[in-house]
Order: sequence, then structure tokens, then C-alpha cells
Amino acid sequence: MALPERKTDIGPPHYEQFLPPVIKKNYGKWLYHEVLSPGTMKHVAESGDEIYTVRVASPRLLSTDSIRDICEIADKYCDGYLRFTTRNNIEFLVSDKSKLDPLVKELKEKNYTIGGIGPRVSNIVHTQGWVHCHSACTDASGLVKSIMDELYEYFTEKELPNKVRLAVACCVNMCGAVHCSDIAIVAVHRKPPVVDDENVPKLCEIPTTVASCPTAAIRPNPKTKSIIINEERCMYCGNCFTVCPPISIHNPEEDGVAIVVGGKVSNLRSDPKFSKLAIPFFYNDPPRWPKVVQAVKNILETYAKHARKHERVGEWVERIGWERFFSLTGIEFTFQHIDDFTFARDTFRTSAAFKF
Amino acid sequence: MSGKYKTPMLDELEKGPWPSFVTEIKKAAKKSDMAEDELGQLEKSYNTKRGYWKHGGIVGVLGYGGGVIGRYSSLPEEFPGVAHFHTVRVNQPSGFFYTTKALREICDIWDKYGSGLTNLHGSTGDLVLLGTKTENLEAVFAELSSRGWDLGGSGSAMRTPSCCVGMARCEWANIDTMDLCNELTQYYQDQLHRPAFPYKFKIKISGCACDCVAAIARADLSIIGTWKDSIQINQDEVRKYAEAGLDIQKEIVDMCPTQCMYYNPEDKTLKIADAECNRCMHCIAKMTKALRPGKEKGATLLVGSKAPIVVGSLLSWVIVPFMKLTPPYDDLKELIDKMIEWWDDNAKPRERIGELIEAKGMRAFLEAIGVPPMPQQVKEPRKDPFFFWAESDFKK
Repeated sequence: MALPERKTDIGPPHYEQFLPPVIKKNYGKWLYHEVLSPGTMKHVAESGDEIYTVRVASPRLLSTDSIRDICEIADKYCDGYLRFTTRNNIEFLVSDKSKLDPLVKELKEKNYTIGGIGPRVSNIVHTQGWVHCHSACTDASGLVKSIMDELYEYFTEKELPNKVRLAVACCVNMCGAVHCSDIAIVAVHRKPPVVDDENVPKLCEIPTTVASCPTAAIRPNPKTKSIIINEERCMYCGNCFTVCPPISIHNPEEDGVAIVVGGKVSNLRSDPKFSKLAIPFFYNDPPRWPKVVQAVKNILETYAKHARKHERVGEWVERIGWERFFSLTGIEFTFQHIDDFTFARDTFRTSAAFKF
Repeated sequence: MSGKYKTPMLDELEKGPWPSFVTEIKKAAKKSDMAEDELGQLEKSYNTKRGYWKHGGIVGVLGYGGGVIGRYSSLPEEFPGVAHFHTVRVNQPSGFFYTTKALREICDIWDKYGSGLTNLHGSTGDLVLLGTKTENLEAVFAELSSRGWDLGGSGSAMRTPSCCVGMARCEWANIDTMDLCNELTQYYQDQLHRPAFPYKFKIKISGCACDCVAAIARADLSIIGTWKDSIQINQDEVRKYAEAGLDIQKEIVDMCPTQCMYYNPEDKTLKIADAECNRCMHCIAKMTKALRPGKEKGATLLVGSKAPIVVGSLLSWVIVPFMKLTPPYDDLKELIDKMIEWWDDNAKPRERIGELIEAKGMRAFLEAIGVPPMPQQVKEPRKDPFFFWAESDFKK
């Protein structure tokens, strides 16, 4: 069977053809929006036109059949228009108000999860994990599923002081803004990599491999034409593994995940911030990582109990101080919490004013 | 053919109310050997706590150096269906808007040539088709491109730009994020498809300081909409918020980081000393009917953010505090070209532009792109009395 003629460098299809007519008409002329429920909102244009959005959770990993199911619903209620959010939710765009309630009804009947709008937990931004990545040292999808099952009502219903953005990264490459999330999980290695001296000379460029190490722990080994790792300097980032596969960083028994907290990307009230280390390590405990799930819930609920309205996790912690964060959450403070890398000097306390 | 593998570990992840990725893989496995072996291999990972994917190899479509991520199982004999399991990155339309017709078309192509598994969307923004064989790549590309789709970026290249929903459905958009995203994606097609950079280069565009695409945290060039003049106030709506029970003093005025607002509870009016406002968006986001961004709109350009690999995470730094952005965006394109040229000329392999700025100094970067020093670029001036003088600084 002949294939159609390929085209190159045409770029993505122009977005305009995918916009509902009411959006095309009121493009750039929206006046305000209202959150109607945890999963629905209304946008009103200067012209008085309205569009309703219904937000639905997605596991991000979707089969084509599920996409067709979603399309069928969008055909029925949204004239065939829909979109996705940057946090992987599905948004049904309803131009005809009379179709809003029937849409919500059908979504509920079909067990879709509606929510994620307003001061709540939104969908977790996450990475590929064991599903599809060579450098994963945990499975992101499994962690996300386990955490969101536990925090379900914070997506569908319960209010928090402000939005809480969660993220999961299955290694320190962090595909997705884990480093600036309210609460995030990042998978980490804890042992230096094992070097396969036989294959390193065959598969790797030695100078590139040496240069890949941020702590200068790698030097060439002229005898074996491979490399030697100074294990005391290694901080297990795995960058050498990325450029030279025979340097294996994976260690299933000692790999696991850390929890970081207090990051944000928005500029509201306070500057964007990095997440900081809360809990340095949990062993991988598939399929449901119960200790990780409980730790996330504990941090979330401690925040919910103590933060002021509109404070994000990081703003709350900065107001009360990190020493108080550790006492309120009951999280143990360890040597791993004290930075000894790039930004260390900025993190040591230089004031005699602090709390007990 | 489903049911080849017993998956007691993964079955646990079909329980509970949140939608399950395992259910998705099983759905695809009913039709595809590839998806079925994906399921089998994943179950094994759950038992042994490790992945079984090899490093990507160099695979792709003719004439492109990116857009396909090679992926091979390290257990091809045990799981032949995923011996090759390459990712195809399809460049998403700006703002992630689709018609059902377009999505179905992609689904049909993917059922024919791939595993039937997708990511909507990948972290960078592409519509990700997850898992196909090397021999199918050209066919997938011909089917997609003949219907108006193209591949996104991968490797040391311009990566697929992405943006927030912007003017399509948000009253806070100060710039037309979707148009700009589309325009830059088209402008950089060659750089996107043929990796020739020292490393990746990401562009993300948000319409306001809420930054819904997390541009400031994960783009080499973060474009964030802002305004220069005064916040537009509708006092009638201010009064209505007060009457509806919003504690304007506590929730708005007291939380303003610059303390530039004054609320009069007597007549329920709000005043803003706009010169002192830093445009953080808190008040506007909480009182969207009463407050709107100003009318002199544009964007702040920030450069350098990245994830921790390898000497630590960076947030983007302000380079150009304000730039008007109107089609065809020639000033912006010229400036980005200069940034990339400087980076390309000076960076080591796998060095991001933010890291290069740290290594060479902000001055070198600013001079190369022709941007003068401005106080908006720093949180504070330097502390220690060690600073360089260039010959040009002596000519007075």
C-alpha cells in the first residue's frame, strides 16, 4: 500500500483551526472568569459571550481507545473541541450552557474524575519512569497513581489554603518542573556507579565522560583505556551514565526517592522558588510506595492546618521558618539536609534569631 | 491475545479512584503485541525495582536529526514486542487545543503503526506517541506530515516551544502566547529538526506572572507577559467583592508584596500606587472582575533556567525587563538569534546557556546580545569590591 507523500518542516498545524468559534470570536477579549465548582469554570468575554470548561483528570499515559472515548464525549457536548492543560488534565470546552450539566452528569456516570481547579491539588506533573526511560530509578506513574488515590478528595473537592502543585521525577534529570513544585518526589541514587571496563573503551568517548562529571570524580585509566571513579567525590548524579552507558548507576537495592517541598513558579506575592529537601530517602516500595504516600499526605495536611489563606507551601514555610517546618511535620533533620554543593554558603544561617 | 502476562503488582494500581495508567496499557495491549510486552516488562520492573530500557540509539526519519527518541528493551528475547519501542514526538498545536477529528486521525495512524500508547502530553509539550518499531518510523511520519503534523525537537536542538492558553481563554494574557509560540516554532523549524546546538534550547511562553507553563523554571528562554502602566480598576466590582464577603484589607492589601495598595472600607474603594507595584498578579488573580493588567502590554525576557543536571537547578534571570511583542516579532527573533549565536560560539558540549552565562559572566552575555545593564536584572548589586574593568569603561 502506497504511503501518502511526506512533507518536512511544516511545523505544527495552526492552532486557529482547533479553536471553538466562541474562542475565535472573543480571542484576546476575555473579561473575567469564575470558578463554579472544583472542576468547572466559566469565562466571560467583553461581548458577554461565555465559555464553560470542565476539567477532568488523566493519567497522561492514554491509550488510543481512551482518547476516542474522550473524543466521543467532546463531540456530544463540545462540538468536537477540547484541550489539554500543562498539567495533563483534559478540558472539555462547552459553548452551549445547556450542555454543561448533562456533560458533567455523563462524565460522572462514566467515572471520570472532575476537579483540579482553584485552591486544590491539581494533577501531578511527572516523568516516564520504568514505563519508558533508561535512566529511571523509580516509576513515576505508579507513584502518581498511589498518591492521587490517597489525595483524591483534594482534587475533587476539599479546599486548601492555595494551589498545591505536586510533581514526580524518576531521576535527577527532572523532566518537568519538579525543582519548583510545592511538594515533589525525585528519585535518587546513593551509590557510585559500577564501571564495565571492557565496554567503556568500546562505547564511550573518554574525554567527554571525564568532562561529564560535575565533581571531577572521573579520571582516565590509561591501563584499561577505561576510567576510574573517585568514589568519595561522587554524588551519584548519573551524568556519566548518560554519556557512557557502560557506567551503570542503577542499584535497585539502594535507589529510592526523596521528597522536596516549598517551590513555586508563579510570581504571586513572592518570587518563584526552588523546592528544598524535606525527606532525603525512601526505598522503592512498589506497587504503592505506602510510606512515600503517607509522607506526602502528612506534609500536605500540616500545611493545610497551619498555613494562612493564599499562602503556598513555600510561603508558609518561609513565614514560620524551616526549623518550625521540621517540628510541625515531625520530619527528622539529617546531614543530608545541610547543603554541601553549589549553593551551600547561601543556605547556612547567619542570624542569631531563630526558633526552638 | 491479552492475558499473556500475569501482572499482580500492576493490578494493584488499577484499584482506587484515580484514573489508572495500568488500565490504559491493558486497553492498548488488547490490540497490540507491543503494548502487551510493555505491560510484561513493566511488571518485571515492579518486581525487581529497576528499569529495562537501554540508552536511546540513533533512529529517526530521513532528513531529520530529532523528533524520534530511540528506545530498546534490554530484554528483547523475553519481551520481543518492545525490542524496539521508540518514541515519536509530535509537535503539539499552540495551547494544546484539538478537534476530535484531528485526535482521531492521530489515533488511527498510531493504532496502525505503533503500540496505541500515548502521552498527552510530554513534559516539553509534544504530543508523545509511545512505542514503535524502527521500520515503521517513515510510515508514521508520512501519514502524520501528509495530514499537517510535524515532529517536535529532541537532542541538542531547539526543543518544541510551548505556551499557556493565553488570549484564547484567559483575561490576564498580556501577550498573544499562542501566536508567538506558533511563530517561533515555524521560524526555528530547521534548528528544531536538525540538532546543531551545544545542547538543548527550550523556549516557553506565559501570558502573565502566574506562569502556567512554568517558563521561569524550565526554559532556556522564558517569555513572561507583563505590563508597564497602571492596573485597571473597576470600583463598582471592588465594592461587589467587598459586599460578597472578601476581606480586601486582609486578603489583598496586606498580602501585597510591595504594600502599594490602599483600601478605604468606608466607601469600599481601592487605590494603587502603580509606580510601586511589581506586577506580581496576586491582587488581579484574586479580584479578577475588579482588577485587570494595564494597557501597555509586553513581556519580560528571562534566560537560563534548567533542572539540576549538572551543577544545580537554575531559575531564569531577567535579561530584558520589558519588550513589546507584536507580530511578526522581528526584534525578538533577532535577539534570540544573537543569544543562540553567542551560546553556540562559546559553549562546551552539553552546556546550557545559563551555565555558560555563569562561566563567562553576565556582562559577556549582555554585551554579546546588545542589552545594557539595568537594575531590574539583579536582586541586588554585588557585595564584594572585586570587579572587572574593560577598556571601554575608561573612555569618558
